[in-house]
Parts: sequence; C-alpha cells; structure tokens
Amino acid sequence: MIDQFILSLITGIFIGGVSGFLGSLMLQKRMALVAGPLGHLALPGIVLALLYGFNVSLGAFPFIILGIVLIWLFELRTKLPMEVLTAVVFASGVAISFLFLPIEQAETALIGDISKVDFRDAIISAILALLIFLIIIKIFPKMTLINISEDLAKVEGINVKKYNLIYLGCIAIVVALGVKLVGGLLTAALVAIPAATARNLSRSIKEYSFLSMFLGIISVILGIFIFKFSLLPPGPMIILASAFFFLISLIFKRS
Amino acid sequence: MAKNILLEVDNLKVELGGEKIIENLTFKAKEGETLVILGPNGAGKTVLLRTLLGLIPYQGKIQWRPGIKIGYVPQRLPLIKGIPLSVEEFFKLKNSSKKETLELLDSVGIRVVNVLKRGIGDFSSGQFQRMLIAWGLVSKPQVLLFDEPMAGIDIGGEETIYNLLEKLKKERNLTILLVTHDLSVVYQKATNVLCLNKKILCYGPPRKILTPQNLSQLFGGGIKFYQHKDDRSIYT
Repeated sequence: MIDQFILSLITGIFIGGVSGFLGSLMLQKRMALVAGPLGHLALPGIVLALLYGFNVSLGAFPFIILGIVLIWLFELRTKLPMEVLTAVVFASGVAISFLFLPIEQAETALIGDISKVDFRDAIISAILALLIFLIIIKIFPKMTLINISEDLAKVEGINVKKYNLIYLGCIAIVVALGVKLVGGLLTAALVAIPAATARNLSRSIKEYSFLSMFLGIISVILGIFIFKFSLLPPGPMIILASAFFFLISLIFKRS
Repeated sequence: MAKNILLEVDNLKVELGGEKIIENLTFKAKEGETLVILGPNGAGKTVLLRTLLGLIPYQGKIQWRPGIKIGYVPQRLPLIKGIPLSVEEFFKLKNSSKKETLELLDSVGIRVVNVLKRGIGDFSSGQFQRMLIAWGLVSKPQVLLFDEPMAGIDIGGEETIYNLLEKLKKERNLTILLVTHDLSVVYQKATNVLCLNKKILCYGPPRKILTPQNLSQLFGGGIKFYQHKDDRSIYT
C-alpha cells in the first residue's frame, strides 16, 4: 500500500500543476478570478458529497457547470459588470451551503483536505489533470489570439465559440479538482496566484505558462510538507506558499 | 465579377442594436487600388471594415474574389499589453515561420538585434504599429484592410507609416482598403475615396469628388481644406 503522504503529494502536484497552467491562460483575459465564484458555487455540491460520502470533486462538478452557464447568461443578457455577478454568485453559493453544512465538516468544504485522499481518487485526479494539461497545450495559441482580439481570431478562421466552450470545460474540471485540494474558498487563488507570479517574471508565453505550472507544483509540495511537519491545514499552507512566491517575484519584476 | 475587381459591395445595410449604422452602400474595389474610406468619428467606418471581414451580420451583397487572402490590421490591441508575448510567439499565432517573420519585420523597418526573443511590450507605439502591419502581411494576403493606421502615432511617425504602406503596396502587389478620418493623406495616397457618414456621401477619385461642398457635408460646416498643387507631402 502506498503511503498516504505520497498519495496526497502526488494528487496535489497534479492538481496544483494543471491549475497553474490553466491560470496562465485565464489571467490573459483577467478571468482568473472567475474561479472564485465557481469555487464558491461549488460549495453546496461539496457539502452534498461530504454528507453522502462521495467524491468532493464529483459533487462540485455539476454546480460549477451551473455557475459557468450563469456567467455565460449574465454576459449575454446583461451589461452588468463582472463584479456584480461575482458578488451574487459568491454569496449565494456560500449561503446555500451553510443551510445544511454540518459544522464539523465545514473546514473540509471551505479549505479542502488532501490528507485523506485514497488511491483511486489520486489516480483519477492525475489522469484528469494530465488530460486537461494536454487539451490546454492544444488550445493555447488559438485561445491566446482570441484573448488578444476575437475579431482577429475570427478573421483567422478560428471557431471562437467552440474554443471558448472547450476552455470553459477545462475551467470546470480544474475547479472541481481544485476544491478537493484547497476547498471552495481558496480555489481562485490556486489558479490565479502562480499565474500572477509567473507574469511578473516572464517575457514570453512559453516562460509564462510553464513557470506558472511549475510554481503551482512547488507551492503544493511546500504546503504539503509544512502540513506534514506542523499539522497546519494543507490547503491554506499551499496558498500561503504560493503567495510567498508572488511577493518574492515583485522584487524581480520586469518593468 | 469582372476580372480586375476584388470586391463588390452592393446595397449594403448594417444594423447594430436596432440602430442603422450603414445604409445602401454600393462600391467596388479594383486590383491594385488604394481605396480610402473617409468619414468623421462615428460614421461607421470601422463597422464597415468589420462587416467586410465577415464579423458583423448584414443585408445586401458583399462579394470578394473567390479564394482571396485578406490581411487585417486593427486600430489597436489594448488587451495585448497584459500578455507576456515574444515577437516570435506573436507571429506564430498566425503560423508565421521564423524566416517569414524576420523578412516581414525587415520590410516594415524593424531591425533590432535579437528581435524574435524580445517582448512585444518593449516596443514603442510607432514600432508596434509597424509590427502590426507586418503581422497583417503574414502568409501573403492580396488585400490589406487597415483601420486608422495613424491612430496613436505622432505626426513624424504617421508620414513614414503611409510611405511604408506605399512601399509595401508596390513590393507585394497589394490592394489596400484604408479607413481614416484624416483628410491630409487622401490626396497623395488614394486611388478612390469613399466618403461615409452612415450612407455614402461621395465616391470617386479624390481630386474629382473632394469638393468643399462634399467635405462640409461629410464633416459638418466650417472645414477648410486646401488642395496642394504639388504632390509633395504636407509634412515636408
């Protein structure tokens, strides 16, 4: 039987890496914080999963899809700024989940718990993370062009709707994986901070996206090791490690 | 479609959000010409370009010569500054090879050491405008659509951008459709002018149709424009 610590570490590395990688694409269009409301909206699903004892990511996923459809409709139907949507979705997700969240499970829902992940979960997370990684590599150049200008992308014959759909699908799966690692409250940071750090240090897309992935992985390793030796909760430790790297990056920031 | 015609637009109408932006527009673009689309701000010039590119739904007819390759140089790309993109990567978004990228950059006058590895944020707005033109020329389009190529560039720079366009046009056998609200370039560079203010106000060679009456109708009263007797630039 593989050591529990190793299982947690491997699961964390895959999820942290793919989150950082996707984050570099999301931050291009300042979309990184979209993971925030999605993570929050996932909370009721996480609660259901905890209550009935199934996989947290599985519980979160349908709620994240709901969140994405909501965002899409909001963008289509209203001219409200993104902040408004964020506030509404944030609050609703948290409020609904607290209606029936057993208080002893609150911590797992809000800040995740990677310490008890089992072998099957670890394998599924790793495979999904790898799959998403490959998909993102494939769509990266075209999504970048779309992020620069949808007009230019369309002139180049890119099917913008199709790519956006694949992209949103990737976001949904990564957020579902992320809530397992760092919970509904911190998933946005898992995606956004490594990308922000990498942007401070890069001058090409390649540097940017791979550095972002690398920072995601390093933060997870550091966070999980701190957890092992201090028993402080791993989710917040991962995010704090990530934030620490961001602060360091400010010193070396390219003007 | 006649042999030397690249684009035929017939009775074009565009509505956005219930508002008529373009009405009953009819014109043609011939191979090798520089067609300048002239009009005040808000006249629908950019909408016309975007419609010609197939980005906006319309009524009427827009017919490009079958199989034609179109290059597009947008007015500006405000979102690009937030993305750490090297010159090489920027051109690779359009599948330009290193060799093609270097050739294109050279032909628009960007000759910097190790240019491919530089970040696009390192260039001045004038250089970036040149780079966008080079980018529009990737994979050898026969026609180039420009949206206000002088926007954001100082006057010294503007002059060179237009001379550059003329040079590229000759070298590459291009047809150019150029949107502007700036009269000063029209006399020297345009084969035909299309005066647009939601509907077509005048259309033809600049010296024939840019009469004071037409201009004051286009831009509102009070505009004076003096036609230069020689063809030298007004900036020299």
